[in-house]
Amino acid sequence: MNLHSEPIRLLAFLVGIIAFAALNAAYLVWLERKVAGHVQRRIGPKEVGPFGLLQPLVDGIKLMTKQVLIPDNIDPILFRLAPPLLLIPAVMSFVTIPFSETLVARDINLGLLMIFAFASINVLGILLGGWGSNNKYAVIAAARGVSQNVAYEIPMLITVITMVMITHTLNLNEIVRQQGGGIFNWYIFRWSANPLMLISFLIFFTCSLAETNRAPFDLGEAESELVAGYHTEYSGMGFGIFFMGEYANIVIGCSLATILFLGGWQCPFGLWPGVHWFLIKLYILIFTVILIRWTFPRTTIYGLLNLSWKVLIPFALFNLILTGAMIKIWPMIFP
Amino acid sequence: MTSLFSQEGLTGLIFLVLLGITGSGALVAVTAGRLIRSVAGLLLCLIGVAGIYYFLNSPFVALMQLLIYVGAVGVVIAFAVMLADPNPDKQPARGRNPLMGGLGFLTSGAVFAGLAFLGASTAWKRHMGPPTDSGMAAIGKSLLTTYSMVFELISIVLLVAIIGSLVLARAGREKI
Repeated sequence: MNLHSEPIRLLAFLVGIIAFAALNAAYLVWLERKVAGHVQRRIGPKEVGPFGLLQPLVDGIKLMTKQVLIPDNIDPILFRLAPPLLLIPAVMSFVTIPFSETLVARDINLGLLMIFAFASINVLGILLGGWGSNNKYAVIAAARGVSQNVAYEIPMLITVITMVMITHTLNLNEIVRQQGGGIFNWYIFRWSANPLMLISFLIFFTCSLAETNRAPFDLGEAESELVAGYHTEYSGMGFGIFFMGEYANIVIGCSLATILFLGGWQCPFGLWPGVHWFLIKLYILIFTVILIRWTFPRTTIYGLLNLSWKVLIPFALFNLILTGAMIKIWPMIFP
Repeated sequence: MTSLFSQEGLTGLIFLVLLGITGSGALVAVTAGRLIRSVAGLLLCLIGVAGIYYFLNSPFVALMQLLIYVGAVGVVIAFAVMLADPNPDKQPARGRNPLMGGLGFLTSGAVFAGLAFLGASTAWKRHMGPPTDSGMAAIGKSLLTTYSMVFELISIVLLVAIIGSLVLARAGREKI
């Protein structure tokens, strides 16, 4: 690759990433409404276009043409700052996601760490948005969202540390490359590294649900108690950007689960690895996330925090110790 | 005078922008009237510092700065602010005592002068070429060999902090 094509490549990836994030936000809303409809024995959106496929377009136009209401008595700077603060880190995280062996914007060595560094910023968007709205429901929702994020970041990071101990690298593409050659080389089935790999995956997946504020952990958006949650005062595209950020975060979380545990762009039977496998696994996970939202009731805030502090963190710590022991002791027994 | 569009010009510009972000964040943190804006300013300042680390070719430290300071410490500070009194009118007005301002200037001036004296009197070794390996492996090795004592001491401090917060949290409860 010569020097002249590098800026063009970066520009292409920039446009592609923004388009991917926006398209996902639009069509995941459509999928969400369709799944919700069928779960509740309705049809869901069907009027605009075949199967309602043009519905996201219409929704987008509606959101963009609506007046953005700025209430009095808010903090004008923080109120405007919050939606981009939620969206920008999520979009930036796409930079290191390897869609296939070559289709990755920046193949940096610290990719995994970078995603978590940016993921820890977006909770500030919720916090500042809720606080800046000067609305008691928004403040309660923001406090809930933050306590939830703090609680679930711990087991998630511990699980990721066990994965890093096994993979010896933070480069996402390298992690996927280690899982080549069939389904039993995926880390979720790599029982020689740690017999509880399946539990690691479950902890990671549960934490990513909670980190992205998805049901059954969407206490920050509990409509029945909090009007709408931390975005109560946002209208028009302010609300739209919050939504885009939320869906971008879901895509990031599911991508990470795919890359760390399900072999990323590797094929289950060792043939034709490529971007299609990544997308198939990614969308199966996203579909699971959506199905979970519409089939499980919302927990309480105490149930949520107890699950993290009393179940997930002890299990994650045990997993960490077990992995360390396996790494040190296994070669001694079977040299 | 180097051109802006040469390599030195651009790196200088990026450095100045990062310095500006850090400085303006610090100014907002000190001067803002509302506590939550001070927190936002502090976070902006820390993001600028992370940018400077990245500029100095240590991306690992930069990302750790984001993860720990902006993500964890910043969120905890903001959370503490939310639990505190939300009404900004009830905060004591600043500058009631004229002596306080003078003392503040004196103290900060002394600290600044001390640091400046240290910086000016140290014989800096000029490092040529790209920085040496400051990656994850090097940091991990030095933490567990050369600086293992410091590392353990910090973990004891953190343990004490955890136990202290548990004691404080326990005090208000009748049963678990």
